[in-house]
Amino acid sequence: MKSFENIDVKSVREAVSLLQKFHQQKKSAAVVGGGSEYLQLMKDHVVEPDYLINLKSIPGLDYIKEERGGFRIGALAKLVEIEEHPAVREKLLILSSAAGEAASPQIRNAGTIAGNLCQRPFCWYFRSSNFTCLRKGGQVCYTVTGDGRFHAILGAGPSYIVHPSDTAPALVALGAQIKIAGPTGEKMIPLEKFFVLPSVDYKRENILNPAEIVTEIFVPTPKAGSKGFYHKVRERLAWDHAIVAVATIVESSGSVVRAARVVMGGVAPIPWRAAKAEEFLRGKRIDEATAKQAGEIALEGAKPLKDNVYKVKMAQDLIQRGLLASA
Amino acid sequence: MEDEKKGTRLSRRSFLKGIGGGAIGTAVISTGLVKSDSAEGYSPETSGAGGNRATITLKVNGKAYRVEVEHRSTLAEVLRDELGLTGTKIGCDRGECGACTVIINGHNMYACSQLAVWMQGKDILTVEGLAKGDKLDPLQEAFIEHDGPQCGFCTSGQIMSGKALLMKNPKPDEAQARRGLSGNLCRCGNYNREVAAVLAAAAKSS
Ligand SMILES: Cc1cc2nc3c(=O)[nH]c(=O)nc-3n(C[C@H](O)[C@H](O)[C@H](O)COP(=O)(O)OP(=O)(O)OC[C@H]3O[C@@H](n4cnc5c(N)ncnc54)[C@H](O)[C@@H]3O)c2cc1C
Ligand code: FES
Ligand code: FES
Repeated sequence: MKSFENIDVKSVREAVSLLQKFHQQKKSAAVVGGGSEYLQLMKDHVVEPDYLINLKSIPGLDYIKEERGGFRIGALAKLVEIEEHPAVREKLLILSSAAGEAASPQIRNAGTIAGNLCQRPFCWYFRSSNFTCLRKGGQVCYTVTGDGRFHAILGAGPSYIVHPSDTAPALVALGAQIKIAGPTGEKMIPLEKFFVLPSVDYKRENILNPAEIVTEIFVPTPKAGSKGFYHKVRERLAWDHAIVAVATIVESSGSVVRAARVVMGGVAPIPWRAAKAEEFLRGKRIDEATAKQAGEIALEGAKPLKDNVYKVKMAQDLIQRGLLASA
Repeated sequence: MEDEKKGTRLSRRSFLKGIGGGAIGTAVISTGLVKSDSAEGYSPETSGAGGNRATITLKVNGKAYRVEVEHRSTLAEVLRDELGLTGTKIGCDRGECGACTVIINGHNMYACSQLAVWMQGKDILTVEGLAKGDKLDPLQEAFIEHDGPQCGFCTSGQIMSGKALLMKNPKPDEAQARRGLSGNLCRCGNYNREVAAVLAAAAKSS
Protein backbone atom coordinates (compact mmCIF):
# COMPACT_ATOMS: atom_id res chain seq x y z
CA MET A 1 0.00 0.00 0.00
CA LYS A 2 1.11 3.51 -0.69
CA SER A 3 1.45 5.53 2.46
CA PHE A 4 -1.55 7.64 3.49
CA GLU A 5 -2.94 9.45 6.47
CA ASN A 6 -5.83 7.88 8.36
CA ILE A 7 -8.24 10.38 9.84
CA ASP A 8 -10.75 9.25 12.46
CA VAL A 9 -13.72 11.56 12.07
CA LYS A 10 -16.27 12.19 14.79
CA SER A 11 -19.28 13.24 12.71
CA VAL A 12 -20.83 13.00 9.28
CA ARG A 13 -20.37 16.73 8.92
CA GLU A 14 -16.64 16.44 9.61
CA ALA A 15 -16.30 13.66 7.04
CA VAL A 16 -18.12 15.70 4.40
CA SER A 17 -16.16 18.87 5.02
CA LEU A 18 -12.85 17.01 4.89
CA LEU A 19 -13.86 15.35 1.64
CA GLN A 20 -14.80 18.73 0.25
CA LYS A 21 -11.57 20.33 1.40
CA PHE A 22 -9.39 17.60 -0.08
CA HIS A 23 -11.36 17.67 -3.31
CA GLN A 24 -10.85 21.42 -3.62
CA GLN A 25 -7.14 20.94 -2.89
CA LYS A 26 -7.04 18.24 -5.60
CA LYS A 27 -5.87 15.69 -3.05
CA SER A 28 -7.21 12.17 -3.21
CA ALA A 29 -9.31 11.03 -0.29
CA ALA A 30 -11.71 8.19 0.38
CA VAL A 31 -14.00 7.09 3.17
CA VAL A 32 -14.00 3.64 4.72
CA GLY A 33 -16.42 1.77 6.90
CA GLY A 34 -15.17 -1.70 7.72
CA GLY A 35 -12.37 -1.42 5.19
CA SER A 36 -12.90 -5.04 4.17
CA GLU A 37 -13.17 -4.12 0.50
CA TYR A 38 -11.29 -0.86 0.17
CA LEU A 39 -8.05 -1.98 1.81
CA GLN A 40 -7.73 -4.76 -0.76
CA LEU A 41 -7.97 -2.24 -3.60
CA MET A 42 -5.34 -0.10 -1.93
CA LYS A 43 -3.01 -3.06 -1.53
CA ASP A 44 -3.39 -3.79 -5.23
CA HIS A 45 -2.64 -0.12 -6.05
CA VAL A 46 -5.97 0.24 -7.85
CA VAL A 47 -6.73 3.21 -5.62
CA GLU A 48 -4.06 5.20 -3.79
CA PRO A 49 -5.66 7.89 -1.65
CA ASP A 50 -3.54 10.36 0.29
CA TYR A 51 -6.19 10.48 3.00
CA LEU A 52 -8.37 7.72 4.35
CA ILE A 53 -11.34 8.99 6.29
CA ASN A 54 -12.38 6.43 8.86
CA LEU A 55 -16.12 6.63 9.47
CA LYS A 56 -16.15 3.96 12.20
CA SER A 57 -15.14 6.59 14.72
CA ILE A 58 -18.50 8.37 14.26
CA PRO A 59 -20.48 7.42 17.34
CA GLY A 60 -23.96 5.97 16.95
CA LEU A 61 -24.05 5.54 13.18
CA ASP A 62 -24.51 1.77 13.44
CA TYR A 63 -28.14 1.72 14.53
CA ILE A 64 -30.90 -0.58 13.33
CA LYS A 65 -34.21 0.95 14.41
CA GLU A 66 -37.66 -0.27 13.74
CA GLU A 67 -40.12 2.56 13.35
CA ARG A 68 -43.63 2.86 12.05
CA GLY A 69 -43.55 1.89 8.42
CA GLY A 70 -40.06 0.53 8.27
CA PHE A 71 -36.47 0.19 9.42
CA ARG A 72 -33.76 2.81 9.62
CA ILE A 73 -30.33 1.33 9.29
CA GLY A 74 -27.27 3.46 9.98
CA ALA A 75 -24.46 3.39 7.43
CA LEU A 76 -22.12 1.67 9.88
CA ALA A 77 -24.43 -1.22 10.80
CA LYS A 78 -22.45 -4.39 10.17
CA LEU A 79 -23.68 -7.17 7.91
CA VAL A 80 -23.71 -9.60 10.84
CA GLU A 81 -25.89 -7.23 12.86
CA ILE A 82 -28.37 -6.95 10.02
CA GLU A 83 -28.39 -10.71 9.48
CA GLU A 84 -29.00 -11.49 13.15
CA HIS A 85 -31.35 -8.67 14.13
CA PRO A 86 -34.53 -10.45 15.28
CA ALA A 87 -37.01 -7.95 13.81
CA VAL A 88 -35.09 -7.74 10.53
CA ARG A 89 -35.13 -11.50 10.34
CA GLU A 90 -38.84 -11.57 11.01
CA LYS A 91 -39.98 -8.75 8.76
CA LEU A 92 -37.21 -8.30 6.18
CA LEU A 93 -36.16 -11.89 5.73
CA ILE A 94 -34.63 -11.37 2.31
CA LEU A 95 -32.37 -8.63 3.65
CA SER A 96 -31.30 -10.78 6.58
CA SER A 97 -30.55 -13.70 4.25
CA ALA A 98 -28.73 -11.53 1.71
CA ALA A 99 -26.53 -10.06 4.47
CA GLY A 100 -25.87 -13.57 5.78
CA GLU A 101 -24.96 -14.86 2.30
CA ALA A 102 -22.40 -12.12 1.72
CA ALA A 103 -18.71 -12.91 1.97
CA SER A 104 -17.37 -14.76 5.04
CA PRO A 105 -18.03 -14.55 8.80
CA GLN A 106 -14.90 -12.43 9.24
CA ILE A 107 -16.04 -9.95 6.59
CA ARG A 108 -19.62 -9.86 7.86
CA ASN A 109 -18.21 -9.04 11.31
CA ALA A 110 -16.31 -6.08 9.88
CA GLY A 111 -18.21 -4.98 6.77
CA THR A 112 -20.85 -2.28 6.93
CA ILE A 113 -24.07 -1.90 4.98
CA ALA A 114 -22.89 1.34 3.32
CA GLY A 115 -19.61 -0.33 2.35
CA ASN A 116 -21.55 -3.25 0.96
CA LEU A 117 -23.60 -0.99 -1.29
CA CYS A 118 -20.61 1.16 -2.33
CA GLN A 119 -18.06 -1.63 -2.89
CA ARG A 120 -16.18 -1.47 -6.15
CA PRO A 121 -16.46 -4.27 -8.73
CA PHE A 122 -14.78 -7.61 -8.09
CA CYS A 123 -13.89 -8.01 -11.77
CA TRP A 124 -10.44 -9.62 -11.98
CA TYR A 125 -9.25 -7.17 -14.62
CA PHE A 126 -10.38 -4.19 -12.55
CA ARG A 127 -8.67 -5.56 -9.43
CA SER A 128 -5.43 -6.57 -11.10
CA SER A 129 -2.63 -4.04 -11.24
CA ASN A 130 -1.57 -5.73 -14.51
CA PHE A 131 -4.54 -4.39 -16.45
CA THR A 132 -5.43 -0.78 -17.07
CA CYS A 133 -8.99 -1.51 -18.01
CA LEU A 134 -11.66 0.88 -19.21
CA ARG A 135 -12.96 1.50 -15.70
CA LYS A 136 -9.48 2.52 -14.57
CA GLY A 137 -8.95 4.95 -17.42
CA GLY A 138 -7.76 2.49 -20.08
CA GLN A 139 -9.15 1.80 -23.53
CA VAL A 140 -10.81 -1.60 -23.29
CA CYS A 141 -12.96 -3.77 -21.11
CA TYR A 142 -10.93 -6.97 -21.24
CA THR A 143 -13.89 -9.21 -20.55
CA VAL A 144 -15.00 -8.98 -24.17
CA THR A 145 -11.99 -10.74 -25.64
CA GLY A 146 -10.62 -12.12 -22.37
CA ASP A 147 -12.32 -14.21 -19.72
CA GLY A 148 -15.78 -12.91 -18.89
CA ARG A 149 -17.32 -15.97 -17.37
CA PHE A 150 -18.56 -14.13 -14.27
CA HIS A 151 -19.49 -10.90 -16.01
CA ALA A 152 -22.63 -9.11 -17.12
CA ILE A 153 -25.34 -10.31 -19.47
CA LEU A 154 -27.79 -7.43 -19.05
CA GLY A 155 -27.44 -3.65 -19.16
CA ALA A 156 -23.71 -3.77 -19.84
CA GLY A 157 -21.34 -2.15 -22.30
CA PRO A 158 -18.92 -0.58 -22.69
CA SER A 159 -17.93 -2.12 -19.33
CA TYR A 160 -19.16 -5.57 -18.31
CA ILE A 161 -18.76 -5.57 -14.55
CA VAL A 162 -21.49 -7.00 -12.38
CA HIS A 163 -22.55 -5.24 -9.24
CA PRO A 164 -21.01 -7.30 -6.44
CA SER A 165 -23.34 -6.48 -3.55
CA ASP A 166 -25.61 -9.13 -2.07
CA THR A 167 -27.69 -6.71 -0.06
CA ALA A 168 -28.37 -4.38 -3.02
CA PRO A 169 -30.79 -6.65 -4.95
CA ALA A 170 -32.64 -7.48 -1.72
CA LEU A 171 -32.89 -3.81 -0.74
CA VAL A 172 -34.01 -2.73 -4.21
CA ALA A 173 -36.68 -5.46 -4.12
CA LEU A 174 -37.81 -4.12 -0.76
CA GLY A 175 -38.09 -0.61 -2.18
CA ALA A 176 -35.38 0.78 0.11
CA GLN A 177 -34.22 4.38 0.13
CA ILE A 178 -30.73 5.67 0.72
CA LYS A 179 -29.76 8.83 2.57
CA ILE A 180 -26.82 10.80 1.25
CA ALA A 181 -25.06 13.62 3.10
CA GLY A 182 -23.10 16.24 1.20
CA PRO A 183 -21.92 19.84 1.50
CA THR A 184 -25.43 21.17 0.91
CA GLY A 185 -27.17 18.86 3.37
CA GLU A 186 -28.92 15.53 3.22
CA LYS A 187 -31.15 13.90 0.66
CA MET A 188 -33.07 10.66 0.57
CA ILE A 189 -33.47 8.89 -2.77
CA PRO A 190 -34.79 5.51 -3.88
CA LEU A 191 -31.89 3.04 -3.75
CA GLU A 192 -32.77 2.00 -7.27
CA LYS A 193 -31.70 5.43 -8.49
CA PHE A 194 -28.37 5.25 -6.64
CA PHE A 195 -26.61 2.96 -9.11
CA VAL A 196 -25.12 4.09 -12.42
CA LEU A 197 -24.95 2.10 -15.65
CA PRO A 198 -21.68 2.06 -17.59
CA SER A 199 -23.47 3.52 -20.60
CA VAL A 200 -24.03 6.62 -18.46
CA ASP A 201 -20.57 6.68 -16.84
CA TYR A 202 -18.30 3.66 -16.95
CA LYS A 203 -15.94 4.98 -14.30
CA ARG A 204 -18.38 4.94 -11.43
CA GLU A 205 -20.93 2.55 -9.97
CA ASN A 206 -23.10 5.05 -8.11
CA ILE A 207 -24.12 8.69 -8.10
CA LEU A 208 -22.04 9.80 -5.10
CA ASN A 209 -20.10 12.99 -5.72
CA PRO A 210 -16.61 13.40 -4.23
CA ALA A 211 -17.85 15.08 -1.05
CA GLU A 212 -20.90 12.88 -0.46
CA ILE A 213 -21.32 9.89 1.80
CA VAL A 214 -24.08 7.43 2.60
CA THR A 215 -25.52 7.86 6.08
CA GLU A 216 -28.62 5.69 6.26
CA ILE A 217 -30.80 3.12 4.53
CA PHE A 218 -34.55 3.18 5.03
CA VAL A 219 -36.39 -0.05 4.35
CA PRO A 220 -40.19 0.01 4.29
CA THR A 221 -41.76 -3.02 5.95
CA PRO A 222 -43.41 -5.13 3.24
CA LYS A 223 -47.19 -5.27 3.25
CA ALA A 224 -48.90 -8.08 5.10
CA GLY A 225 -49.31 -11.05 2.80
CA SER A 226 -45.88 -10.54 1.18
CA LYS A 227 -43.34 -13.26 0.94
CA GLY A 228 -39.80 -12.92 -0.24
CA PHE A 229 -36.76 -15.01 -1.02
CA TYR A 230 -33.12 -14.40 -1.73
CA HIS A 231 -31.36 -17.07 -3.73
CA LYS A 232 -27.66 -16.92 -4.49
CA VAL A 233 -25.66 -19.23 -6.71
CA ARG A 234 -21.90 -19.26 -6.35
CA GLU A 235 -19.06 -21.46 -7.41
CA ARG A 236 -18.53 -22.99 -4.00
CA LEU A 237 -20.38 -23.10 -0.70
CA ALA A 238 -17.93 -21.05 1.31
CA TRP A 239 -17.54 -17.33 0.66
CA ASP A 240 -17.89 -16.18 -2.90
CA HIS A 241 -19.64 -13.44 -4.79
CA ALA A 242 -22.87 -14.32 -6.55
CA ILE A 243 -22.66 -15.77 -10.03
CA VAL A 244 -26.36 -15.06 -10.15
CA ALA A 245 -28.58 -13.98 -7.27
CA VAL A 246 -32.29 -13.31 -7.33
CA ALA A 247 -34.41 -11.42 -4.83
CA THR A 248 -38.14 -11.94 -5.21
CA ILE A 249 -41.01 -10.46 -3.25
CA VAL A 250 -44.59 -11.41 -3.99
CA GLU A 251 -47.54 -9.67 -2.40
CA SER A 252 -50.67 -11.72 -2.91
CA SER A 253 -54.29 -11.58 -1.97
CA GLY A 254 -55.64 -15.08 -1.90
CA SER A 255 -53.59 -16.81 -4.57
CA VAL A 256 -53.53 -13.84 -6.91
CA VAL A 257 -50.44 -11.66 -7.22
CA ARG A 258 -51.11 -8.02 -6.38
CA ALA A 259 -47.53 -6.92 -6.87
CA ALA A 260 -44.22 -8.64 -7.43
CA ARG A 261 -40.61 -7.55 -7.33
CA VAL A 262 -37.88 -9.44 -9.14
CA VAL A 263 -34.35 -8.10 -8.80
CA MET A 264 -31.18 -9.85 -9.95
CA GLY A 265 -27.63 -9.62 -8.72
CA GLY A 266 -24.55 -10.88 -10.55
CA VAL A 267 -26.01 -10.32 -14.01
CA ALA A 268 -25.70 -6.58 -14.62
CA PRO A 269 -23.54 -3.60 -13.60
CA ILE A 270 -26.34 -2.53 -11.25
CA PRO A 271 -28.91 -4.54 -9.29
CA TRP A 272 -31.18 -5.45 -12.19
CA ARG A 273 -34.89 -5.01 -11.75
CA ALA A 274 -36.96 -7.15 -14.10
CA ALA A 275 -39.80 -4.64 -14.49
CA LYS A 276 -41.49 -6.43 -17.39
CA ALA A 277 -41.62 -9.69 -15.49
CA GLU A 278 -43.04 -7.87 -12.47
CA GLU A 279 -45.74 -6.37 -14.71
CA PHE A 280 -46.50 -9.74 -16.26
CA LEU A 281 -47.03 -11.34 -12.84
CA ARG A 282 -49.61 -8.84 -11.64
CA GLY A 283 -53.05 -10.44 -11.32
CA LYS A 284 -51.73 -13.92 -12.09
CA ARG A 285 -51.61 -17.07 -10.03
CA ILE A 286 -48.07 -18.29 -9.62
CA ASP A 287 -47.56 -21.84 -10.84
CA GLU A 288 -44.71 -23.61 -12.64
CA ALA A 289 -45.74 -22.18 -16.00
CA THR A 290 -46.17 -18.52 -14.98
CA ALA A 291 -42.99 -18.63 -12.92
CA LYS A 292 -41.08 -20.03 -15.89
CA GLN A 293 -42.55 -17.46 -18.22
CA ALA A 294 -41.65 -14.65 -15.82
CA GLY A 295 -38.07 -15.88 -15.86
CA GLU A 296 -38.01 -15.85 -19.67
CA ILE A 297 -39.45 -12.34 -19.80
CA ALA A 298 -36.89 -11.15 -17.23
CA LEU A 299 -34.02 -12.32 -19.42
CA GLU A 300 -35.37 -10.94 -22.70
CA GLY A 301 -32.72 -8.76 -24.21
CA ALA A 302 -29.86 -10.52 -22.42
CA LYS A 303 -26.59 -10.19 -24.36
CA PRO A 304 -24.16 -12.68 -22.92
CA LEU A 305 -20.44 -12.58 -23.66
CA LYS A 306 -18.79 -15.64 -25.17
CA ASP A 307 -18.02 -17.11 -21.73
CA ASN A 308 -21.19 -16.46 -19.74
CA VAL A 309 -24.09 -17.76 -21.84
CA TYR A 310 -24.88 -20.14 -18.96
CA LYS A 311 -26.01 -17.23 -16.81
CA VAL A 312 -29.18 -16.72 -18.86
CA LYS A 313 -30.66 -20.11 -18.04
CA MET A 314 -29.32 -19.94 -14.50
CA ALA A 315 -31.09 -16.63 -13.88
CA GLN A 316 -34.32 -17.89 -15.44
CA ASP A 317 -34.28 -20.96 -13.23
CA LEU A 318 -33.53 -18.96 -10.09
CA ILE A 319 -36.38 -16.56 -10.80
CA GLN A 320 -38.72 -19.48 -11.31
CA ARG A 321 -37.57 -21.02 -8.04
CA GLY A 322 -37.82 -17.75 -6.16
CA LEU A 323 -41.32 -17.05 -7.41
CA LEU A 324 -42.55 -20.53 -6.57
CA ALA A 325 -41.08 -20.17 -3.09
CA SER A 326 -42.65 -16.73 -2.65
CA ALA A 327 -46.12 -17.69 -3.87
CA MET B 1 18.47 -0.66 22.27
CA GLU B 2 22.06 0.62 22.25
CA ASP B 3 22.62 -1.41 19.11
CA GLU B 4 19.75 0.29 17.34
CA LYS B 5 21.03 3.73 18.17
CA LYS B 6 24.33 2.78 16.63
CA GLY B 7 22.40 1.74 13.55
CA THR B 8 22.82 -2.00 13.77
CA ARG B 9 19.85 -3.65 12.17
CA LEU B 10 18.14 -5.69 14.76
CA SER B 11 14.96 -7.29 13.62
CA ARG B 12 11.97 -6.56 15.74
CA ARG B 13 11.16 -10.22 15.90
CA SER B 14 14.52 -11.47 17.13
CA PHE B 15 14.65 -8.61 19.61
CA LEU B 16 11.34 -9.59 21.18
CA LYS B 17 12.20 -13.27 21.10
CA GLY B 18 15.43 -12.38 22.85
CA ILE B 19 13.86 -10.62 25.79
CA GLY B 20 11.58 -13.55 26.31
CA GLY B 21 8.04 -14.15 27.48
CA GLY B 22 8.63 -13.24 31.11
CA ALA B 23 9.68 -9.74 30.30
CA ILE B 24 6.84 -9.26 27.86
CA GLY B 25 4.39 -10.50 30.43
CA THR B 26 3.97 -7.28 32.30
CA ALA B 27 5.67 -4.86 30.01
CA VAL B 28 4.23 -2.02 28.10
CA ILE B 29 6.60 -2.28 25.21
CA SER B 30 7.83 0.84 23.60
CA THR B 31 8.97 0.38 20.07
CA GLY B 32 9.40 4.06 19.48
CA LEU B 33 13.08 3.62 18.77
CA VAL B 34 12.58 1.03 16.12
CA LYS B 35 12.10 2.11 12.57
CA SER B 36 9.64 -0.29 11.06
CA ASP B 37 10.59 0.53 7.49
CA SER B 38 13.58 -1.74 7.99
CA ALA B 39 11.24 -4.66 8.47
CA GLU B 40 10.40 -6.86 5.55
CA GLY B 41 7.22 -5.92 3.74
CA TYR B 42 7.55 -2.20 4.24
CA SER B 43 8.83 -0.07 1.45
CA PRO B 44 9.94 3.42 2.37
CA GLU B 45 7.47 5.16 0.07
CA THR B 46 6.08 7.45 2.74
CA SER B 47 4.46 10.25 0.82
CA GLY B 48 3.75 13.07 3.20
CA ALA B 49 5.88 14.12 6.10
CA GLY B 50 4.37 13.80 9.56
CA GLY B 51 0.77 12.61 9.53
CA ASN B 52 1.36 9.07 8.38
CA ARG B 53 2.76 7.58 11.59
CA ALA B 54 1.21 7.22 15.00
CA THR B 55 2.04 5.86 18.41
CA ILE B 56 -0.79 3.69 19.58
CA THR B 57 -1.67 1.33 22.39
CA LEU B 58 -2.85 -2.12 21.42
CA LYS B 59 -4.47 -4.47 23.89
CA VAL B 60 -3.52 -7.95 22.82
CA ASN B 61 -4.27 -11.04 24.89
CA GLY B 62 -4.88 -8.82 27.90
CA LYS B 63 -1.59 -6.96 27.68
CA ALA B 64 -1.07 -3.39 26.60
CA TYR B 65 1.57 -2.70 23.98
CA ARG B 66 2.74 0.77 23.09
CA VAL B 67 3.91 0.78 19.52
CA GLU B 68 4.72 3.20 16.76
CA VAL B 69 3.13 2.27 13.47
CA GLU B 70 2.55 3.64 10.03
CA HIS B 71 -1.09 4.41 9.37
CA ARG B 72 -1.00 1.91 6.53
CA SER B 73 0.24 -0.93 8.76
CA THR B 74 -2.29 -3.69 9.11
CA LEU B 75 -3.01 -5.32 12.43
CA ALA B 76 -1.53 -8.55 11.07
CA GLU B 77 1.74 -6.82 10.18
CA VAL B 78 2.00 -5.14 13.56
CA LEU B 79 1.20 -8.32 15.49
CA ARG B 80 3.86 -10.22 13.62
CA ASP B 81 6.57 -7.69 12.85
CA GLU B 82 6.32 -5.39 15.83
CA LEU B 83 4.97 -7.54 18.66
CA GLY B 84 6.53 -10.83 17.60
CA LEU B 85 3.17 -12.60 17.80
CA THR B 86 3.73 -14.74 14.75
CA GLY B 87 0.96 -17.23 15.46
CA THR B 88 -1.20 -14.96 13.31
CA LYS B 89 -0.25 -15.80 9.72
CA ILE B 90 -0.44 -13.78 6.54
CA GLY B 91 -1.50 -15.83 3.54
CA CYS B 92 -3.31 -13.86 0.86
CA ASP B 93 -3.20 -10.45 2.58
CA ARG B 94 -6.53 -9.78 0.80
CA GLY B 95 -9.31 -10.96 3.13
CA GLU B 96 -9.67 -14.25 1.34
CA CYS B 97 -7.85 -17.04 3.17
CA GLY B 98 -8.39 -16.50 6.90
CA ALA B 99 -4.83 -17.32 8.00
CA CYS B 100 -4.72 -13.95 9.76
CA THR B 101 -7.94 -14.46 11.75
CA VAL B 102 -7.97 -12.90 15.21
CA ILE B 103 -10.81 -12.11 17.59
CA ILE B 104 -11.59 -8.44 18.04
CA ASN B 105 -14.07 -7.55 20.78
CA GLY B 106 -15.44 -11.07 20.59
CA HIS B 107 -15.76 -11.29 16.79
CA ASN B 108 -13.45 -13.07 14.40
CA MET B 109 -12.01 -10.78 11.76
CA TYR B 110 -9.18 -10.72 9.26
CA ALA B 111 -6.20 -8.95 10.82
CA CYS B 112 -4.85 -8.29 7.30
CA SER B 113 -7.93 -6.17 6.62
CA GLN B 114 -7.83 -3.94 9.70
CA LEU B 115 -5.45 -1.06 10.12
CA ALA B 116 -3.59 -1.16 13.41
CA VAL B 117 -4.53 2.48 14.04
CA TRP B 118 -8.20 1.45 14.10
CA MET B 119 -7.57 -0.99 16.92
CA GLN B 120 -7.03 1.32 19.87
CA GLY B 121 -9.34 0.51 22.76
CA LYS B 122 -10.27 -2.88 21.34
CA ASP B 123 -9.66 -6.26 22.92
CA ILE B 124 -7.60 -8.33 20.54
CA LEU B 125 -7.24 -12.05 21.08
CA THR B 126 -4.70 -14.02 19.06
CA VAL B 127 -3.87 -17.70 19.09
CA GLU B 128 -1.09 -16.97 21.60
CA GLY B 129 -3.73 -15.81 24.08
CA LEU B 130 -5.75 -18.99 24.20
CA ALA B 131 -3.69 -21.18 26.49
CA LYS B 132 -3.78 -20.55 30.23
CA GLY B 133 -0.15 -20.94 31.17
CA ASP B 134 0.83 -24.45 30.08
CA LYS B 135 -2.76 -25.54 29.75
CA LEU B 136 -3.98 -25.44 26.17
CA ASP B 137 -7.47 -24.25 25.36
CA PRO B 138 -9.86 -27.21 24.93
CA LEU B 139 -10.22 -26.23 21.27
CA GLN B 140 -6.44 -26.39 20.77
CA GLU B 141 -6.45 -29.81 22.41
CA ALA B 142 -9.27 -30.93 20.15
CA PHE B 143 -7.30 -29.76 17.10
CA ILE B 144 -4.40 -31.96 18.24
CA GLU B 145 -6.61 -34.96 18.98
CA HIS B 146 -8.43 -34.71 15.67
CA ASP B 147 -5.37 -34.00 13.54
CA GLY B 148 -6.70 -30.54 12.71
CA PRO B 149 -3.36 -29.36 11.32
CA GLN B 150 -1.77 -30.95 8.29
CA CYS B 151 0.81 -28.45 7.12
CA GLY B 152 -0.50 -26.20 9.89
CA PHE B 153 -0.40 -22.90 8.07
CA CYS B 154 -4.14 -22.26 8.31
CA THR B 155 -4.49 -23.78 11.78
CA SER B 156 -4.23 -20.73 14.00
CA GLY B 157 -6.81 -18.97 11.86
CA GLN B 158 -9.11 -22.00 11.93
CA ILE B 159 -8.78 -22.16 15.70
CA MET B 160 -9.59 -18.47 16.10
CA SER B 161 -12.71 -18.81 13.94
CA GLY B 162 -13.70 -21.92 15.85
CA LYS B 163 -13.11 -20.10 19.13
CA ALA B 164 -15.21 -17.10 18.04
CA LEU B 165 -17.99 -19.45 17.07
CA LEU B 166 -17.90 -21.29 20.40
CA MET B 167 -17.87 -17.99 22.29
CA LYS B 168 -21.09 -17.04 20.53
CA ASN B 169 -22.66 -20.46 20.24
CA PRO B 170 -21.19 -23.04 22.65
CA LYS B 171 -23.10 -25.95 21.10
CA PRO B 172 -23.02 -25.55 17.33
CA ASP B 173 -24.32 -28.31 15.08
CA GLU B 174 -22.21 -29.48 12.19
CA ALA B 175 -23.72 -27.04 9.69
CA GLN B 176 -23.10 -24.14 12.06
CA ALA B 177 -19.52 -25.28 12.63
CA ARG B 178 -18.91 -25.48 8.87
CA ARG B 179 -20.37 -22.03 8.42
CA GLY B 180 -18.31 -20.71 11.32
CA LEU B 181 -15.12 -21.91 9.61
CA SER B 182 -16.22 -20.93 6.10
CA GLY B 183 -14.00 -17.86 6.01
CA ASN B 184 -10.88 -19.97 6.50
CA LEU B 185 -9.32 -21.79 3.59
CA CYS B 186 -7.22 -24.90 4.12
CA ARG B 187 -4.90 -25.66 1.24
CA CYS B 188 -4.41 -29.15 2.62
CA GLY B 189 -8.17 -29.68 2.38
CA ASN B 190 -8.39 -30.84 5.97
CA TYR B 191 -11.83 -29.32 6.50
CA ASN B 192 -13.59 -32.38 7.91
CA ARG B 193 -11.05 -32.71 10.72
CA GLU B 194 -11.12 -29.01 11.52
CA VAL B 195 -14.90 -29.16 11.81
CA ALA B 196 -14.66 -32.36 13.88
CA ALA B 197 -12.27 -30.62 16.27
CA VAL B 198 -14.67 -27.73 16.81
CA LEU B 199 -17.55 -30.12 17.44
CA ALA B 200 -15.44 -32.21 19.81
CA ALA B 201 -14.42 -29.14 21.81
CA ALA B 202 -18.07 -28.12 22.02
CA ALA B 203 -19.10 -31.58 23.19
CA LYS B 204 -16.43 -31.55 25.91
CA SER B 205 -17.48 -28.23 27.39
CA SER B 206 -20.23 -28.54 29.91
C1 LIG C 1 -12.84 -12.05 -0.25
C2 LIG C 1 -14.04 -11.15 -0.28
C3 LIG C 1 -15.28 -11.69 -0.56
C4 LIG C 1 -16.41 -10.88 -0.58
N1 LIG C 1 -17.60 -11.45 -0.86
C5 LIG C 1 -18.71 -10.68 -0.90
C6 LIG C 1 -19.98 -11.25 -1.20
O1 LIG C 1 -20.12 -12.45 -1.42
N2 LIG C 1 -21.06 -10.43 -1.24
C7 LIG C 1 -20.97 -9.10 -1.00
O2 LIG C 1 -21.98 -8.42 -1.04
N3 LIG C 1 -19.78 -8.53 -0.74
C8 LIG C 1 -18.66 -9.28 -0.66
N4 LIG C 1 -17.44 -8.70 -0.37
C9 LIG C 1 -17.36 -7.23 -0.32
C10 LIG C 1 -17.35 -6.41 0.94
O3 LIG C 1 -16.10 -6.41 1.55
C11 LIG C 1 -18.36 -6.59 2.01
O4 LIG C 1 -19.57 -7.06 1.57
C12 LIG C 1 -18.54 -5.39 2.99
O5 LIG C 1 -19.89 -5.18 3.29
C13 LIG C 1 -17.95 -4.07 2.62
O6 LIG C 1 -18.17 -3.20 3.73
P1 LIG C 1 -17.00 -2.36 4.41
O7 LIG C 1 -17.65 -1.50 5.42
O8 LIG C 1 -15.92 -3.23 4.88
O9 LIG C 1 -16.54 -1.53 3.15
P2 LIG C 1 -15.25 -0.63 2.96
O10 LIG C 1 -14.15 -1.48 2.49
O11 LIG C 1 -15.04 0.23 4.14
O12 LIG C 1 -15.77 0.30 1.77
C14 LIG C 1 -16.18 -0.22 0.53
C15 LIG C 1 -16.45 0.94 -0.43
O13 LIG C 1 -17.54 1.70 0.02
C16 LIG C 1 -17.17 3.03 0.26
N5 LIG C 1 -17.89 3.44 1.47
C17 LIG C 1 -17.89 2.82 2.68
N6 LIG C 1 -18.74 3.43 3.53
C18 LIG C 1 -19.29 4.47 2.84
C19 LIG C 1 -20.23 5.49 3.17
N7 LIG C 1 -20.82 5.56 4.37
N8 LIG C 1 -20.55 6.39 2.21
C20 LIG C 1 -19.98 6.32 1.00
N9 LIG C 1 -19.09 5.39 0.62
C21 LIG C 1 -18.75 4.47 1.53
C22 LIG C 1 -15.67 3.04 0.39
O14 LIG C 1 -15.13 4.27 0.00
C23 LIG C 1 -15.30 1.93 -0.56
O15 LIG C 1 -15.28 2.39 -1.89
C24 LIG C 1 -16.29 -9.49 -0.32
C25 LIG C 1 -15.04 -8.95 -0.04
C26 LIG C 1 -13.91 -9.76 -0.02
C27 LIG C 1 -12.60 -9.14 0.27
S1 FES D 1 -4.07 -13.09 5.11
FE1 FES D 1 -5.85 -12.16 5.85
S2 FES D 1 -7.38 -13.33 4.92
FE2 FES D 1 -5.59 -14.13 3.98
S1 FES E 1 -3.46 -27.60 7.30
FE1 FES E 1 -2.37 -26.96 5.54
S2 FES E 1 -3.52 -25.26 4.90
FE2 FES E 1 -4.76 -26.11 6.39
